Amino acid sequence: MAVDARQIVEIGYGGSERLTMNMGPQHPSAHGVFRAVLTLEGETVVAVDAVIGYLHRCHEKLGETLTYVQYPSIASKTDYVAAMTSELAYVSAVEKLGTFEVPKRAQYLRVIAAELQRIASHCLWLGTWCMDMGGALGGGATVFLYCIRERELILDRFEELTGARLLYGFHQVGGTRYDVPAGWDAKVRETLDVIEQRIDEYEAMLEGNPFFLARARGVGVISRALAEEVGVSGPLIRGSGVSYDIRRAEPYSSYPDFDFRVPVETAGDCYARYRVRMVEFRESIKIVRQALDGLPAGPISSRPGVKSVGQIRVPKGEAYARIEGARGEVGCYLVSDGGPKPYRMKWRGASFSNLAVLPHIIPGHKVADVVAIMGSVDPVFGEVDR
Amino acid sequence: MPPLAWHALMAFIVLNAILGLVAYVTLLERKFAARMQSRIGPYYVGRPHGWLQPIADALKLMLKEDVVPTAADRGVYNLAPIVFLVPCILIYATIPFAPDLGVADLNIGVLFFLAVSSLEIVGLFMGGWGSNNKYALLSAMRAVNQIISYDLPFIFAALVPVLLAGSLQMSTIVAAQQGLWFVAYPVFGQLAFVAFVVATLAAENRVPFDILEAESELVAGFRVEYSGMKFALIQLGEYAHMLGTSFLGALLFLGGWLGPGPAWLGPLWFLLKAVLVFLLVTWVRWSFVRIRVDQILAISWKVLLPASILLLFATGLWVATRGAGA
Repeated sequence: MAVDARQIVEIGYGGSERLTMNMGPQHPSAHGVFRAVLTLEGETVVAVDAVIGYLHRCHEKLGETLTYVQYPSIASKTDYVAAMTSELAYVSAVEKLGTFEVPKRAQYLRVIAAELQRIASHCLWLGTWCMDMGGALGGGATVFLYCIRERELILDRFEELTGARLLYGFHQVGGTRYDVPAGWDAKVRETLDVIEQRIDEYEAMLEGNPFFLARARGVGVISRALAEEVGVSGPLIRGSGVSYDIRRAEPYSSYPDFDFRVPVETAGDCYARYRVRMVEFRESIKIVRQALDGLPAGPISSRPGVKSVGQIRVPKGEAYARIEGARGEVGCYLVSDGGPKPYRMKWRGASFSNLAVLPHIIPGHKVADVVAIMGSVDPVFGEVDR
Repeated sequence: MPPLAWHALMAFIVLNAILGLVAYVTLLERKFAARMQSRIGPYYVGRPHGWLQPIADALKLMLKEDVVPTAADRGVYNLAPIVFLVPCILIYATIPFAPDLGVADLNIGVLFFLAVSSLEIVGLFMGGWGSNNKYALLSAMRAVNQIISYDLPFIFAALVPVLLAGSLQMSTIVAAQQGLWFVAYPVFGQLAFVAFVVATLAAENRVPFDILEAESELVAGFRVEYSGMKFALIQLGEYAHMLGTSFLGALLFLGGWLGPGPAWLGPLWFLLKAVLVFLLVTWVRWSFVRIRVDQILAISWKVLLPASILLLFATGLWVATRGAGA
């Protein structure tokens, strides 16, 4: 199936002229700085032009000017809502390029960090999505504040682990930078218990609410064919009936050691994506518990601590590493010329590819659905524009 | 005192009492919402419960620069907040706060209330149109759609107590509830109360029916271009309308000023009941997500309107066989 970049839906419209309305880059639901130019016939959107690039910071060029030791702590600024995953993608690419062994303990720590990050990121997604549908002065804001409360618990754990709450610098080539502090594992278990219980509450609150179901069911359907054609990943493609998860398809960082389920929904609408993420919450909690139980002893890095920024050198070559982030496939492509810095580096942001599906699914919906659909895609603009 | 002077004095007192009350109702809502969301709410201005917050807000809005968009239709734009506010205040004219305590206890009091309260749509539409803003225009279009759809069920639900009491005069309706408040009236009263609350939510543009304001899509809807005092007038009108409708609900269904204790407690009982209705609306507001414009219209025309008409007919038949006030 070939799809055009711009879709226009024809509706039987009795009005004389179309209205062109700008949504963003300054807009309460822009999720950062997204700009959608909507063509409206009455309340119905017939075409949408997506404009991105307002948050472009030359990140890939920046990656070429920083050494392999320096960049991991900057990598977290691409997807700032799930900072752990982009760091992991970069160091995995460097590890593929050279031959760095990652000790088992470090691999488990990476899994714990990645899964906790997924929970924190999904918390923020659920809150902002409900706010998109329910308004900042209404029931949506209530869910938002609840979710922020839970995300805060995880950020507290990250702060104890790394000293930072948003951008961590936790990963380094060959392992991790920090080991778990004393008593941390009990606190994490406690946090997970609280979150698990509250997720049940949210599900009861949302799924028993006919207004929520009316807004989420049958809205923004991504067919399986469209999902595969556009190349969406993460909860979007799993919501469209494709069982694709890089943790399974191309395991990294000891993921085969853990027992977890990859949720798949077939409806492809906002509700299916919501269901996928709600199950992912629970699966992530399960993985973290298993990793804490089985955390092996040993060193956390195969490399000594940082002595100079040019310490790491890798042979000539290229490598692409990909991991399953909260929003989908986060990939990092590196070309090395043998120096301390990459010759070329390229990000594959999950949000960027997922966003490309919007012009195909929005036309034909009402204005109110635009924000609901956009929220269900869960874009982070740091990762889209880089 | 000549009757005219008496009415003027009462109008002056009611107007000022209502303005003060409306300011503090906003504080009540903010505190209530904060409790629901595990927050604290207003705290620092007038510690420890933010008692001075409404006054600080009013002062802030008065001192703010009044910005008029260059492309706005100045006349319409400037007039809209006033056109919006007047009917919202005027609805208090026929509400008696106790027997013989009120501006004018007209014999068509309920009809007057319903007629005047629908007039706010004119101000809404003027604001949306005069701002020359696409968000405001869409919001004004939605406003007309929604308020026309929900005024009918609102009126039909309010007419059920009128039928049960056999009068359009508010004091008579309260007197008819001496034995049994209409909210407890088997089947008819209860269904009418539910219909009244739902239609109230929509007529007041509250979540889940707040598609006019819809800040996640239309930013702030028809009032997106308003700032300073004009914004304050719109906000005031909105809350005055909401509180007025709560008073009407308390009067039609909850027995108005009837309650235990001496007669002078009557107005306090009435206020308490009105605040309860207001809190019910607030509770709904902070627990639901907004629904879409087509779904809102479908709910009104396919469910609420036929149901309320049926209810009105059934009540009429019941009253015709039993006699009014029975």
